[in-house]
Amino acid sequence: MNAPLAHPPGCGGIDLHQEQGQRAVFCGLTGIVWLHRKIQDAFFLVVGSRTCAHLIQSAAGVMIFAEPRFATAIIDERDLAGIADANEELDRVVTRLIERRPDIKLLFLVGSCPSEVIKLDLSRAAQRLSGRLAPVRVLNYSGSGIETTFTQGEDACLAALVPDLPREAEAAAPSLLVVGALADVVEDQFLRMFAAMGIADVRFLPARRAGAMPAIGRGTRYLLAQPFLTDTARALDERGARRLPAPFPLGAEGTTGWLRSAAEAFGISDEAFDAATAPGRARAETALAPHREKLGGKRVFFFPDSQLEVPLARFLARELGAELVEVGTPYLHRGHLAAEIEWLPAGTRVTEGQSLDDQMDRCRAARPDLTVCGLGLANPLEAEGLSTKWSIELLFTPVQGYEQAGDLAELFVRPLRRRALLEV
Amino acid sequence: MQLTLWTYEGPPHIGAMRVATAMSGLHYVLHAPQGDTYADLLFTMIERRDARPPVTYTTFRAQDLGRDTAELFKQAVAAAHARFQPQAMIVGASCTAELIQDDPGGLAKALDLPIPVIPLELPAYQKKENWGASETFYRLVRALAGAPGQRPAREPGQRPLCNILGPTALGFRHRDDLIEIRRLLDGLGIAVNVVAPLGATPAELGRLREADFNVVLYPETARTAAEYLKKSFGQPFTKELPIGVAGTRRFVTEVAGLAGIDPAAVLDGPGSRLPWYSRSVDSTYLTAKRVFVFGDATHAIGIARVAAKELGFTVVGLGTYGREFAREVRAEAAEHGIEALITDDYLDVEAAIRAAAPELVLGTQMERHVAKRLGIPCAVISAPVHVQDFPARYAPQMGFEGANVLFDTLVHPLMMGLEEHLLGMFREDPEFHDGVGPSHLGGKSYGTPADGAFEAAERAPADPPPTPAPVPILLDHAAWSPEAEKELRKIPFFVRGKARTNTETFARERHLPLITVETLYDAKAHYGR
Repeated sequence: MNAPLAHPPGCGGIDLHQEQGQRAVFCGLTGIVWLHRKIQDAFFLVVGSRTCAHLIQSAAGVMIFAEPRFATAIIDERDLAGIADANEELDRVVTRLIERRPDIKLLFLVGSCPSEVIKLDLSRAAQRLSGRLAPVRVLNYSGSGIETTFTQGEDACLAALVPDLPREAEAAAPSLLVVGALADVVEDQFLRMFAAMGIADVRFLPARRAGAMPAIGRGTRYLLAQPFLTDTARALDERGARRLPAPFPLGAEGTTGWLRSAAEAFGISDEAFDAATAPGRARAETALAPHREKLGGKRVFFFPDSQLEVPLARFLARELGAELVEVGTPYLHRGHLAAEIEWLPAGTRVTEGQSLDDQMDRCRAARPDLTVCGLGLANPLEAEGLSTKWSIELLFTPVQGYEQAGDLAELFVRPLRRRALLEV
Repeated sequence: MQLTLWTYEGPPHIGAMRVATAMSGLHYVLHAPQGDTYADLLFTMIERRDARPPVTYTTFRAQDLGRDTAELFKQAVAAAHARFQPQAMIVGASCTAELIQDDPGGLAKALDLPIPVIPLELPAYQKKENWGASETFYRLVRALAGAPGQRPAREPGQRPLCNILGPTALGFRHRDDLIEIRRLLDGLGIAVNVVAPLGATPAELGRLREADFNVVLYPETARTAAEYLKKSFGQPFTKELPIGVAGTRRFVTEVAGLAGIDPAAVLDGPGSRLPWYSRSVDSTYLTAKRVFVFGDATHAIGIARVAAKELGFTVVGLGTYGREFAREVRAEAAEHGIEALITDDYLDVEAAIRAAAPELVLGTQMERHVAKRLGIPCAVISAPVHVQDFPARYAPQMGFEGANVLFDTLVHPLMMGLEEHLLGMFREDPEFHDGVGPSHLGGKSYGTPADGAFEAAERAPADPPPTPAPVPILLDHAAWSPEAEKELRKIPFFVRGKARTNTETFARERHLPLITVETLYDAKAHYGR
């Protein structure tokens, strides 16, 4: 199971390899950690095992919030043996939950590995409960690790929202939809940027409140803000929305490419675009410059984690002059990442999938200056003398857009700076 | 189905990982989907271990379910054996793999590896982490300790020999407890044969039988194995918990008895500073402080005894999430004249703390959060653990040094004596208003501000909105007059809840329609401590 499947170079100029074997990644349930903060009146109820509950609280940092808006309905042996009717049990748990939290407007029933394996039909449960609990809406998606990897949980969640989004009137003027959870501060910056170039009607999916989800229709043009939204994009396409091909808004160059795609679709003149983006570009350049000397020529190795690896690697290589040893990614969406793949330096080794021990062997042999990896691997690699950046922080920190380009670079610089500072 | 916001224990395979990670030369192949690999970070981030746990996960996916997950498992076992060359392996399934019924034990056996491969049956839908650790350790001991038989008698003049059983990876202060207990045993002249699981190899488990008796530090993980060793090799084991001064002295006496030696060498030694610190006059303000204790059974019982008998606190709540030890905790609670709280439901614990209105909570990371919400000081005395429960300094909970640590741990979150008196004197002083915590802790309120590395997550997309208040309980109590309300606010905030409840109870029992300042003081006299 550890044998890599070598592929001939393809996909633009990159050196693509596919690997199968042991993976070291979170499952899609992990997305709940940021999604429940983003949609402020939503509750996420995982229907799963004690492992699921333990995963979320461990991944979130044990107990950040005294009473979080997520929980687990733990399946026990009575449910499995059929002594208890799983649907009745679920109704009971949900009723208790909603009574306790009358502030909840949107409830996600989140499927897990065990609920998938025992084929618990959460979509029917969601329908049934939606009728009973109105006006609380109940939706479902799967965050199970047998189907989803880490950030794919967000994809599944947003895809579940799409069929329920209000329908835009046929005659409505074209609107722009930004898809993917972003920090509020980043959304607000983008709103101002779009307004400055003359695109006024800009919406975000997910919205911050369940009642404020954007309407979509044939006039909707959407930009993916995150590279892992395969199913969400498909669901939006099915409702007549059209994706604007673009790189991702990481780093100044990515942000410019991303904004330009919208500008072109909305017929914004080059002058208006330049006028709106010039200050941001200039500030990003100022912020990036000091990091360039620290990261220039540094050799970087990415373990697969969030699917952000390819755009991040592109940013490090093109804007900061880093050298890419290997770019691991759990899954490479050739379509959505076309512009990114195009921008990667020719011959970059990209590994899709994972065989953990083999990949660790390659990493040790390469002795990169910086290794980007998941939480489980960071300290062991540090102990072997490698500088690491734990990748989950790249999802928990506002990193998109011009104003955050410097912050993003700094996240990669910090481990190197720290290592240089410590004398013990 | 059980609605769970937070879980005190992980699933049983996490317990198995705690045993495997504690040992060396052992490898665990876990049939599990990719999400289960999160468990690595418990060890590498929370405990700051410098190596991955010795665990191979099969990380099967949906597409594998239609094919051959059993074959995948066999390949994983063979590959792990070839790569890591362990002395022994354990194999098992996590919750999802349990459902697909691939029989890891049978599959591994079919590979006919040249090392012991021990199958684990850890029912994920019935059992939890501590049970899993205990079962795993028992299975390892059973498989590797050798055929039952009597030990050869100890030669005259030879030092008595014992094993220390129980410490695991990710254990609450296990690392430091072990050092402290070794020091005590050394002071008694008792040699240590094998420590397990922490630091042991599978081969060393084959030498367990050579000891005269076993020291069981954590019954949660080691009692089952110790009972097996007693049955198979006639080794008695310790029952006393070396927590607190009295607990440690009882433990020393018990150990000396098992070794057939005089405990005086240790009992007459310097011991702990706790007794004098507790008797010194500045500690009088600790008298009858109301404390609520919750944790695993070992720590809850041990700490409750220290709180009541060594610090002079009043234990107003005692409980555990470990149902396997409910009987022991109930018995201890009875000693304190209260009923034990046996639950793994975080909401039940929160409600019990609220009802008991303690002045100090001694609990787990969960109770730290409950206490923060209720504005009550708190110290963490038991797993589940967080990164801050693995301090860089030496901080055992057990033995005499552990008693010193406990004195500091239990007293530190409280107001210092003089400060508390001043607060009583000058309740309207702006520097002593409710929001002000103990001056030596800094900051603006109780609670630990720095929660460790992971909580960088708090910089998540949005700032957390205020947590909505729990649904209010409708009370059939008398109304408060404005003057009485005002007077109530002059009472220090950490006893105000209790004063309010007592006054309302007092008024209700007497069918008083209105609570006045008089009622408040009548009730105070009635319930006077």
